[in-house]
Amino acid sequence: MMTKQVLLSGNEAIARGAYEAGAKVGTGYPGTPSTEILENLSKYDGVNCEWSVNEKVALEVGFGSCLAGQRTIVTMKHVGLNVAADPLFTSSYIGVKGGLVIIVADDPDMHSSQNEQDSRHYARASQIPMLEPSNSQEAKNFVKLAFELSEKYDTPVFIRSVTRISHSKTIVDLCDPIKNPIKVGFKRNIMKYVMIPAFARIRHKEVLKRMAKLELDCNTFSINKKTITDKKIGIITSGIIYEYVKEVLPDVSILKLGIVYPLPMDLIRKFCESIDTVYITEEVDPFIETEIKAKGITNLIGKDKFPLFGELSPDIIYNTVMNVQEKDLISIDIEIPKRPPKLCPGCPHHQIFNVLNRLGLTVTGDIGCYTLGVLPPYSAMDTCLDMGASVTVSQGIELAEGKDFKNNTVAVIGDSTFAHSGITGLINAVYNKRHSLVIVLDNSTTAMTGMQPNPLSGETINGDTTYAIDYQKLAEAVGVKTEQIRIINAYKEEIMEDTVKELLATKELAFMVIKGPCVLLKRKRAKQKRGKA
Amino acid sequence: MSKITNILMVGVGGQGIILASDIISLAAMLDQNDVKKSEIHGMSQRGGSVFSHIRFGEKVHSPLIPHKKADILISLEEMETLRWLQYTNTDTKIIYAKTQIKPSADSIYPEGIETAIKKEFETVYTVHTNEIKEKTGNAKFFNVVLLGLISNFIDIQDKPWHDALNKEVPEGTYDANLNAFNIGKDLA
Repeated sequence: MMTKQVLLSGNEAIARGAYEAGAKVGTGYPGTPSTEILENLSKYDGVNCEWSVNEKVALEVGFGSCLAGQRTIVTMKHVGLNVAADPLFTSSYIGVKGGLVIIVADDPDMHSSQNEQDSRHYARASQIPMLEPSNSQEAKNFVKLAFELSEKYDTPVFIRSVTRISHSKTIVDLCDPIKNPIKVGFKRNIMKYVMIPAFARIRHKEVLKRMAKLELDCNTFSINKKTITDKKIGIITSGIIYEYVKEVLPDVSILKLGIVYPLPMDLIRKFCESIDTVYITEEVDPFIETEIKAKGITNLIGKDKFPLFGELSPDIIYNTVMNVQEKDLISIDIEIPKRPPKLCPGCPHHQIFNVLNRLGLTVTGDIGCYTLGVLPPYSAMDTCLDMGASVTVSQGIELAEGKDFKNNTVAVIGDSTFAHSGITGLINAVYNKRHSLVIVLDNSTTAMTGMQPNPLSGETINGDTTYAIDYQKLAEAVGVKTEQIRIINAYKEEIMEDTVKELLATKELAFMVIKGPCVLLKRKRAKQKRGKA
Repeated sequence: MSKITNILMVGVGGQGIILASDIISLAAMLDQNDVKKSEIHGMSQRGGSVFSHIRFGEKVHSPLIPHKKADILISLEEMETLRWLQYTNTDTKIIYAKTQIKPSADSIYPEGIETAIKKEFETVYTVHTNEIKEKTGNAKFFNVVLLGLISNFIDIQDKPWHDALNKEVPEGTYDANLNAFNIGKDLA
């Protein structure tokens, strides 16, 4: 068989790995840096993918698919894993039928995220093994291995990526896909699949047994690589950091971990015994370091020297291990202004921020392009916590202020985010008799992550037409009064301002949708049209 | 270890850096090199500063260029050239577009950039979009002209460049892009 070499991003390689492993189902919710995995997987013949409403739904749908025997991949960014945490922990008890691989893409340094949480903690907390590739070739190979491990050890398996894996391109050898080795079709297995306490107690013991076996077995996994060249300095590392180490310290001894949970402790112990000083190089939290220290190994240098925040880089690693200061960098003494991201020129949704700023309202914000409304010239956002929190944080402000609440709080949320987890907040507002204004900025797409369709845009991941939620009916159905609902055009700034004032003056819960398609989406559609012609 | 070629391409979100760096990376691969490239998608692309690291040679480990190791810094916007100097050394070849994009309407564009850069670096090319537009008849091909220019300084044969262009540019535009590439090649 002739192998073909191509340049693939980590995300493209993960998609390719799932395809080559015979996975026929992929689910997920868009989130930088994970988005392109599912976009690419959906283009392979015979693979059924969906953008799910949110990550919890994605994992549950993916879990159902794996119980029906399909090899299944579920993708999300690190903060999405918080949303999916509920099914995650119990899926660990139930295990799998077809392999289930969960891809989580972390974003150290927060290039496009609200925090830089370290997903490795989820592997330990949920007792699910986690592999970490160093480049696109490994990303593809590890996905295939993850499916095998998933079926062999009866567990979901994590692949952890980071921005520098997901969005770096490296050369990959392509292989032909294999057939899913599992017979497809759901078959009843009540004691394994139904987690009532009596059965869950049994399953938890199974989890402990499986992890004990994995802890032993992983010492001989070939994805862990030990190279002893120097007895003085050794480095334990994984993922992208391995490549940085090889770049700047090619001659030191290295233990490269392909599996980061559970850790191959025998291998680690032997490595540490043969080296004087062992550096643990890992981004953000001291995850590997803490695990190793807990085993009584002490000749380690880790977060006492390396930063607990942000990305590492070849330079940080070299300077820290060699204990040198960086010097002689070229600098030119001209002050250059910062260039923060901003709403695109022509974005239909910038007017509302002018209005909110002018009216001096408290604005609870959400996750998406419109979070940029916090920056000048708008400076019209007061909070941003997580997906859906605009709708709910404003309710908390009202609850706390009680009689003194002036009804001057506005929640601002995008269409995809509203479908993801804003609707539950709106129901909460009606149910608990809150009074503030909720504004959905509808641009017909999930724009920040690169224009993915969503339940409000009337299109599936494959471009098929589907039902688009009717805002009016939805709001009425959950109990917002008909006269308190407005759907208006994004280009009518005056009407917008009058409507905000009018709705706030009613001092009752109000729901306003501002519609204006994303300018980039319009351009993308025009391009597709030209391409077809 | 054999020499790795390091190209840092920078600019402002929306200037077509990802496509241009894809073409360089593919050409390098087709010319039998190991290649890595790294960039950022998402929020920073919304009109913010963007960058792409491209590295090729016999064996490449880090997708990020270490400080002071860039062979070429190519910037599609004038002041962005100055934001990435930690990756340069005095031998780094600087190629930048004389395009000025203000970060916001009220920001003041810094002056004296060209003089300062020419003082610091041996090899500097400044490229004016208007002049290129006159030569190619279309501002669209600007990035490909720059690729033609840098092809003079890096060790990739013509055929892989042409094949990479053919694969990456929109269908039906190869001839025009090849013409732009050749115009860029003659700029050095």
